[in-house]
Amino acid sequence: MNFLLAAAAATPAAAPAGFQFTPALGMFLAFVVVTLGITYWSARKSTGASNYFAAGRGITGWRNGLAVAGDYMSAASFLGIAGMIAFKGYDGFMYSVGWLVAYLTVLLVVAEPLRNAGKYTMADVLAYRLSPRPVRAMASLSTLTVSTFYMIAQMVGAGALVKLLLPGVSYEAAVAGVGVLMIVYVVFGGMLATTWVQIIKAILLMSGSLFLSVLVLKHFDFSFVKFFEAVGKVPVAGPDGTLVEKDFLKPGLIFGLQVTKGWGPIDLISLGLALVFGTAGLPHVLVRFYTVPDAKTARVSVVWAMAIIGAFYIMTTFLGFGAATILTPAKISVENMSAPLLAKALGGEIFFAFISAVAFATILAVVAGLTISASTSFAHDFYTNVLHHGRERGPGEEVRVARIAAFVVGAVAILLAIKLQTINVAFLVGLAFAVAASANLPVIVLSLFWKRFNTSGACWGLGVGLIGSIILIILSPSVMVPGGKGLIDAEPWFPLKNPGIVSIPLGFLAAWLGTILSNDRTSEAKFAELTVRANTGLGAEKATAH
Amino acid sequence: MPEQPNSDRDLTPEVSAETDVARLGHSSPPPAHEQTADEDAQIADWEGIAAQPQFKALLAAKLKFIVPATLFFVVYYFALPVLVGWFPELMEKRIGPVNLAYVFALSQFFMAWILAYVYLRKASQFDDQAHAIVSKLDQPKGGAK
Repeated sequence: MNFLLAAAAATPAAAPAGFQFTPALGMFLAFVVVTLGITYWSARKSTGASNYFAAGRGITGWRNGLAVAGDYMSAASFLGIAGMIAFKGYDGFMYSVGWLVAYLTVLLVVAEPLRNAGKYTMADVLAYRLSPRPVRAMASLSTLTVSTFYMIAQMVGAGALVKLLLPGVSYEAAVAGVGVLMIVYVVFGGMLATTWVQIIKAILLMSGSLFLSVLVLKHFDFSFVKFFEAVGKVPVAGPDGTLVEKDFLKPGLIFGLQVTKGWGPIDLISLGLALVFGTAGLPHVLVRFYTVPDAKTARVSVVWAMAIIGAFYIMTTFLGFGAATILTPAKISVENMSAPLLAKALGGEIFFAFISAVAFATILAVVAGLTISASTSFAHDFYTNVLHHGRERGPGEEVRVARIAAFVVGAVAILLAIKLQTINVAFLVGLAFAVAASANLPVIVLSLFWKRFNTSGACWGLGVGLIGSIILIILSPSVMVPGGKGLIDAEPWFPLKNPGIVSIPLGFLAAWLGTILSNDRTSEAKFAELTVRANTGLGAEKATAH
Repeated sequence: MPEQPNSDRDLTPEVSAETDVARLGHSSPPPAHEQTADEDAQIADWEGIAAQPQFKALLAAKLKFIVPATLFFVVYYFALPVLVGWFPELMEKRIGPVNLAYVFALSQFFMAWILAYVYLRKASQFDDQAHAIVSKLDQPKGGAK
C-alpha cells in the first residue's frame, strides 16, 4: 500500500509555503482518492499479460466508447478550443470540426481489422505478414515518439494550468504530481485502471461542459436568437485600444487569407489531413480497441465515442461564444482561462473549482493513456519481439518490462516538462498527429489492403513519415520564429504550421517506393490469411473469462 | 470451441508466460486468448476461405460501402476549409440568426453521426455474412467461434 500513500502525498506535500486549501484543490484531491482506489482494485485483477495490457479484453462497448473519448479529449480541446472561440470566434469552431470527423476513418477503416488481427499493439498487425523484427522496431520507435511528444505537451500544459487555477502550487510540483499519478495508475493498475480513469474523466468533462452550456443558454433566456445576436456583436479592442463590435460568426480571424499572408486555408487543410489520417494512427487510441471482446464491440465503441466527442465539441461553441459574449475577451486574462472564468462568473466559486478539477482529470486521463501505450509498445514490440525474438525469458517478464518502461517514460516526461517550462510546446500536439498520419496510418492501411506491400516498404514509410514530419515542423513557423520568441531565431523555411499536406503524401510515397524497389515477395504469402482474419474475426484474440 | 482446463482465470503467468509468443516445453496448450497467430495458424484453410465466393462477396460488399463512404466524408469535410477560406462572401450569407459558415460547420457533426449510424446498420449485414462463412467451416481446435 506504500504506493498509494506516496502518490496521495505527492501533490500537496510538494507544494511550497503560502499554499492555500481551495475548493478546486479539494475536488482534485477527491478525484485522486477515487482513482487511486480504482488503481488498487485493478492492481489485484491485472495479473497476466492480456489483463495488464488489454484489461482482459472485457470492456463493454459503451464503456470503451467513454474511455476512447476520455483518452482523446485533452485539455487542449477543453480549454484551448473554448479559449480560441472566445477570442477568435468562428475559426475556433471550424478548427474543432476535424477532431470528430477523424473518427470516421477510425470507424470505417482501422478499428475492426485491427481488433481482429492484432494482440496488444499497432505493430501486431504489421508483423503479421511482414518481417517482424525490423517492422516492430520501427513501429515501436514511431509509437514512442508520438506518445512522448504528446505527453510533454500535456504535462507542460498541466503545469501552466496549475499556476492559473491553484495559486500557491508551483509549476514543478504540478508536473511532478501529474507525472507520479500517471505512473501509479499505469504501473500498478495497468490498462484496467487507465480505462476507468478515462471513463470517470469523460463523465466529469461531459457533465461539467453540459452544465456550463445550460448556464450560458439560461443567461440568454434559452433563446438561440438572442444568443447569436450577442455573438454577432462582441466588443473587442480595436487597433487604437477602443472597443469595437465584431461579428464572431464571421470567419477569418485565425485562418483568413489576410491574417496569414494567404497560407491560412492551406494550413487548415493540412491540419485537417493530419487529424483525419492521424487519429486512426495514434497508438493510444488504437490500443483501446484491444480492450473489448471482439470487432463488433470495437465498432460499437467507436460510435459511442463519436456521440460523446461530437456532443462535446458542439458544446465548446456554447462555452467559447458564451465567454466571448458574457465575459468579453477584454476581461479574460489568458485565453486558456476562458472556460474556467466563465464557470466562475455563471456558477460561482464551487463550479469554478469543479471545472478546474475537471481540467486536471482531463490531463491525467490522457497522459495515463499515452504512458500505457508507450510502455506496451516498448515491452511487447521492442523488448520481447525485437530483442528476444518473441520469447519471454521468465514468467511475466513482458508485463514486468512494461511496468519498468512506464516508470521510465513517466520520469523522463516529468524531467522534460520541467525543462521546457518556458517554451510554447503546443506545436508538439500537431507534431504527434502529423507523425501518426504520415508514418503509422500509411503502413497500417497498405499492410491491410495492398498484397504486394512488403517489409522494405513498411520501414521506408515509417522512417520517412516520422523523420519528414519532424524536419518540416522544425522548419515551420512553430519552431522558427524571428525575434527570439521560438526555439530557433530565424525566418521559417516552410510556410505551414501543420506539415500534413506534405508529409502524409511523402509517407505514402516512401512506403510505395520502398515496396516496389525491393524484390521481397514473401509478404504476399500471408495476405489471404490476414484478409480472412481481419474480415471474419476468425482466430481473433478472445476475452479473458472473468 | 473446446473448453480449456481452468479457463476461468488468466493463466498467463503459469502457462505461457515464458513464451508468450513462442511457447517452449509445455505439455498443455495455452488458453485460446493467449494463442498467437503462429500457434493457431492452422485453424483454418486461409487460402481456401479467401477463394470462396461468399468471402469474395463479403469483401466486395464491404468495399462497395466503405470506399464511397470514405470519399464522401473526406470531400464533405474538406469542403469546409476550402469554402470558408476562398469563398468567404458566400459563407457569410445569413441564415436566420446565423450564417452559412456556421450551419455548414455544424452540419459536419450531423454528417459524421449519420454516416456512423448508417455504417453501424450496414455492418450488421457484414457480420451475418462473416458468420455464415465461419459457421460453415469444420470446427477445429481453439480459436474460431
